[in-house]
Amino acid sequence: MNIEAIKSIYAFEMARTRRTLMQSVVSPVVSTSLYFIVFGAAIGSRVQEIQGVPYGAFIAPGLIMLTLLNQCIGNGSFGIYFPKFTGTIYEILSAPISTAEIVIGYVGAAATKGLIIGTIILATASLFVDITIAHPLLMILFFVLTAVSFSLFGFMIGIWAKDFEQLNIIPMLVVPPLVFLGGSFYSIDMLPPFWQTVSHFNPVLYLVSGFRWSFFEIADVNPWISLAIVVAFLGACLAVTAWIFRTGYKLKN
Amino acid sequence: MRGPAPAGIPSDLPSHGYCMAPIVRIENLTKHYATGFQALKGVSLDIEEGEILALLGPNGAGKTTMISIVCGIVTPSGGRVTVAGHDVVKDFRRTREIIGLVPQELTLDAFETVSNTVAFSRGLHGKKPDPALIEQILRELSLWDKKDTMLRHLSGGMRRRVLIAKALSYEPKVLFLDEPTAGVDVTLRKEMWQLVERLRATGVTIILTTHYIEEAEEIADRIGVINKGEILLVEDKAALMKKLGRKQLTVELAEPLSAVPEALSGFRLQLGNGGQSLVYDYDTAGERTGITGLLAAMAEQGLRLKDVSTEQSSLEDIFVELVGAEK
Repeated sequence: MNIEAIKSIYAFEMARTRRTLMQSVVSPVVSTSLYFIVFGAAIGSRVQEIQGVPYGAFIAPGLIMLTLLNQCIGNGSFGIYFPKFTGTIYEILSAPISTAEIVIGYVGAAATKGLIIGTIILATASLFVDITIAHPLLMILFFVLTAVSFSLFGFMIGIWAKDFEQLNIIPMLVVPPLVFLGGSFYSIDMLPPFWQTVSHFNPVLYLVSGFRWSFFEIADVNPWISLAIVVAFLGACLAVTAWIFRTGYKLKN
Repeated sequence: MRGPAPAGIPSDLPSHGYCMAPIVRIENLTKHYATGFQALKGVSLDIEEGEILALLGPNGAGKTTMISIVCGIVTPSGGRVTVAGHDVVKDFRRTREIIGLVPQELTLDAFETVSNTVAFSRGLHGKKPDPALIEQILRELSLWDKKDTMLRHLSGGMRRRVLIAKALSYEPKVLFLDEPTAGVDVTLRKEMWQLVERLRATGVTIILTTHYIEEAEEIADRIGVINKGEILLVEDKAALMKKLGRKQLTVELAEPLSAVPEALSGFRLQLGNGGQSLVYDYDTAGERTGITGLLAAMAEQGLRLKDVSTEQSSLEDIFVELVGAEK
């Protein structure tokens, strides 16, 4: 295994994060703080508890997931799209590196950045609301699996995208509705039966529900089913990525 | 076609024993792009270890496609390429460890510094960090004082040097230079040639594509001409010049002529300069040039000579002739 190559790609991507510290870290912290001020403190204080959890705390796992998904998809996609855009991808393609090593380098860095920011958001949330974590290990497992899966998903978008519009279309138009309609701000019990059924087709519901269970032991879906869905999503992303590199799809002529 | 080995290496020896096999072997390589364009039509070429091979060809001839396949950037449609005996597709790790590539386009990450981008290239090739080597390379390419400068602040010539530094950072045994001196000034071009010479002295095999015939003539051991996806020839440079190089003898006459005298019609002469001179084309590869006979015949005709000069065709003439004949 070309460990030096993995380290180089990982360090290169993390250096990019340091160069753009304001937009990488400060921006999500500010926007999440605004969510907590508006939905947690202002509106949340007038909303009744959901399944015994104060509304401000109830929305915390969903907001962390929202940030995590956005960060991981954004970093995963940009990391590989930018070399394609500038042409420096030639260096990756002509280096003695396997598919797995390329993916570990790029996706590892995107996931690391997502996890760092997710942790900062969690710390920020605890400044506004009381947060207890009932199952820390399961929380970490959900946290890491989600970060890796969606960084990989972002990586695939980065390879697929042929311009900046395509690069942004999924993170901007597809992810927010899925997160907002995936029970981040409410329990799907509150929805009419038809929309409850529709919600079960939303993969983010399983992420948010499982993640929330690890905090408060309340969930819309059995947490183990949630975990299985996350693992299945990761497996699907891995399979598509392997296919991309085997065929050279959008990477090689 | 397969080109002969460079001077001093017999081409008909078996590829085992004391005679080394080619470092790069390209066999019947084809490439069809999705657009339907056939960039390579069964190219075969052997590149010997330690030589400098210049590939000449017009735009779209297939030079970059061929290099890109050897380096792993483009997938071949057919044929096979081996580097140091390893298949570039199946054993890509082994082959890419020893191949360096300086691409034609100035593709660099604008927001990275010179030293970081060079160190990154070394890491990608699985080599441990070596700041002393990076310093040596940057100094050699006159980039050391720019080591902390962001790449977007560099001039075109400096970016070209950074691309070369990146390729040298992982100490390749085979170096592909795709149009290395395109867009650089004359001084830098000469420096590049010196660098190529120094690299060759350390045993690096160099394959360069170029539009500058002068460049190939100056530094290459062998010349390959490629056009429309086919290799037209690969020859030792000196042999090529000798084989295809035509010479022209111009005889300035004391008295102008209105036509070539009948007695000299066997010499394929042309009148030049309004009848002031006779121009004689001859082949340097021939056993007899015919010059002695021509001069004797002219003397017999009583023609008085004012001056005599000869001119050898350049590589450029040969190239234009070859590619032109294909059209």
